[in-house]
Amino acid sequence: MTLRVMEKGDLASFVERLIASEPGAVGPVRKDGKHVFARLASVEDLDLAYTTTLLPPKKYLFPPQETLLRFRLGAPPVVEPVLEAPPLVVIGVHPCDLRGIWATDRAFGDDHVDTNYRARREAITLIGADCLPDEHCFCTSVGSHLPEPASFDLFVTDIGDAVTVEIGSERGRALLERYARSREATAADLAGLQKRRHAKEAAVKARLNVDVQMLPLLLESVSTSPLWEQLGAKCLSCGNCNLVCPTCYCFDVGDLMQLNLEEGERIRRWDGCTLVDFATVAGGHNFRREAKSRVRHRYYRKFQYLMTRYGRSFCTGCGRCSRSCLAHINPPETINALLAEAEREEA
Amino acid sequence: MSTPLTRQIESLYLGRPATVTAVRTLTDKEKLFDVELADGPLGHEPGQFVEVSVFGYGEAPISVASSPTAPGGFQLCVRNVGRVTGALHRLEPGAMIAIRGPFGRGFPVDRMRNRDILFVAGGLGLAPLRSLIGYVMDRRSEFGHVTILVGARTPGELLFNDEYAGWARSPDTEVHVTVDRAAEGWTGHVGVITTLFPRIQVDPKTTTAVIVGPPVMYRFALAETFAKGVPEDQVYVSLERRMKCGVGKCGHCQINGIYVCQKGPVFAYAEIAGLEEAL
Ligand SMILES: Cc1cc2nc3c(=O)[nH]c(=O)nc-3n(C[C@H](O)[C@H](O)[C@H](O)COP(=O)(O)OP(=O)(O)OC[C@H]3O[C@@H](n4cnc5c(N)ncnc54)[C@H](O)[C@@H]3O)c2cc1C
Ligand code: SF4
Ligand code: SF4
Ligand code: FES
Repeated sequence: MTLRVMEKGDLASFVERLIASEPGAVGPVRKDGKHVFARLASVEDLDLAYTTTLLPPKKYLFPPQETLLRFRLGAPPVVEPVLEAPPLVVIGVHPCDLRGIWATDRAFGDDHVDTNYRARREAITLIGADCLPDEHCFCTSVGSHLPEPASFDLFVTDIGDAVTVEIGSERGRALLERYARSREATAADLAGLQKRRHAKEAAVKARLNVDVQMLPLLLESVSTSPLWEQLGAKCLSCGNCNLVCPTCYCFDVGDLMQLNLEEGERIRRWDGCTLVDFATVAGGHNFRREAKSRVRHRYYRKFQYLMTRYGRSFCTGCGRCSRSCLAHINPPETINALLAEAEREEA
Repeated sequence: MSTPLTRQIESLYLGRPATVTAVRTLTDKEKLFDVELADGPLGHEPGQFVEVSVFGYGEAPISVASSPTAPGGFQLCVRNVGRVTGALHRLEPGAMIAIRGPFGRGFPVDRMRNRDILFVAGGLGLAPLRSLIGYVMDRRSEFGHVTILVGARTPGELLFNDEYAGWARSPDTEVHVTVDRAAEGWTGHVGVITTLFPRIQVDPKTTTAVIVGPPVMYRFALAETFAKGVPEDQVYVSLERRMKCGVGKCGHCQINGIYVCQKGPVFAYAEIAGLEEAL
């Protein structure tokens, strides 16, 4: 790892120069008392002192609605694939959201590479930033609290009177050299970084009472737990948890015609496995008719199905679903209840 | 011929241009489409499916209903149930569509060679099964005794009924047909498909069973098949799920942790027996 240090004022002018010189820059912006990733017009828009954003930066890699093809009807129809990949610098991405991007990189990059995701991904520069956990964050339980060098181009941490900058890629190094004044890190800076990390870890309160790597095995034994009935009875099937999750990537596809009825687009849109008709086929048969089977499916994707396939938890511990669920369903309570049940049964 | 669909950019979601060369009405709800790709053969295995695009309406997964041993293009047997399938039904010969695929895992024909085969087809299940039946008929000497059970709700809903006699004329092949409810002029068997089982002989040591039908059929047809002694790893099914991509991305087709579009639609029963969401 290469570690550099910037004075705080230099970080501001770095961001200012990025905004002025790069084709597009986005970052956490305050909106109605919350934070959202949005376009930065100037460095004043950027608010790095944030806990979480409503939506994760996934929306820049996999937009809520995206055109896959554009076509003109006729004999023959003319069809053009669409790959939109606007260059973008995303500033202020927290470690859990970097892990979320690791997850979507795996899912979209596996076997059949998703060309649309890949194009956007390659056009994006990620500048991570360290965070301030709230009562819902449980990143330390899933091991997503530390920034992994391969997951960012640059990563900044506020160590009090200065900021450290980790360099994760050549692209990051080039940006830093071009636009920023920085110096080499001293032993004191390193100590400051460690101290900051320990303080953050200590501030994370919510936790899973189990080694996350044990979860695929645990879930093997609790698929018929009465807890799923209870959660199913509470769940409103609103899809909020899917909507806000950095690692939910299911989608629907359909055609949209323009008013002239000659030109149209094939569109994909975010979909959610907790919505009633996610698994309904023509003819009306619903393969996950009950809310309990949909909630369970979502948890099994995060902690077993995809975890077994890709080796790490597909939940980043960001706490967004905990914050947005009107029925107060959340991963720490769910997992801990399942764990307690499994332990009771063993005893 | 000019290529109607452009292909300069590589895209996972762009199909290959294809022409509907013939349309035949099979029943009130099903039509059979002959399709030819502009850029070469489909190269499918029996039991695989394709994603069919009708631009302006969308895309739908449809099983290939013809055997790869058949000459020319390939066939799709489509039931009109909604947007895309309805649009397909309105197409005339010469219409241009697009095809992605073939996708998924088909029937393991190499494992079936030299074995007796029991086909159980309920309703539209005969569409994917016909690709395998055609394959077996075209290479008849490579397989043992063949028993084909076909069921539909009414005589008017029987698919491909002009082909049953031809299959039955193949050496060592029997075909049994039933309908749930008879209609005027029907002289054949009446009863759900499981009522055909007492009529057939099955050697559990040499038989592979292949069962495809609507969700409600599986439990009963499987029970009858196991009652004949056929082991779980010699029973194959093809499962339908909602599918939006066919390439393991959209998440719609999952049975527990398994992506049907990748690992299926064909499964050995032994592979899915433990999965709560399978049947
Ligand atoms: C592997 C595989 C192979 C298949 N093979 C064949 C085949 O060979 N032949 C064949 O005919 N079909 C086949 N199917 C089924 C076929 O894919 C569907 O019938 C088709 O996708 C329906 O699309 P549509 O646009 O026509 O219908 P849609 O317009 O999508 O819907 C059809 C019906 O379902 C209802 N519906 C749709 N969406 C919902 C929802 N969200 N909630 C509740 N109801 C809903 C609608 O009300 C409508 O009545 C196969 C499916 C799979 C997965
Ligand atoms: S946010 Fe809560 S209520 Fe809504 S679908 Fe998810 S679990 Fe159910
Ligand atoms: S499941 Fe909830 S806590 Fe886990 S990554 Fe998704 S939104 Fe965040
Ligand atoms: S159809 Fe999209 S994942 Fe299988």
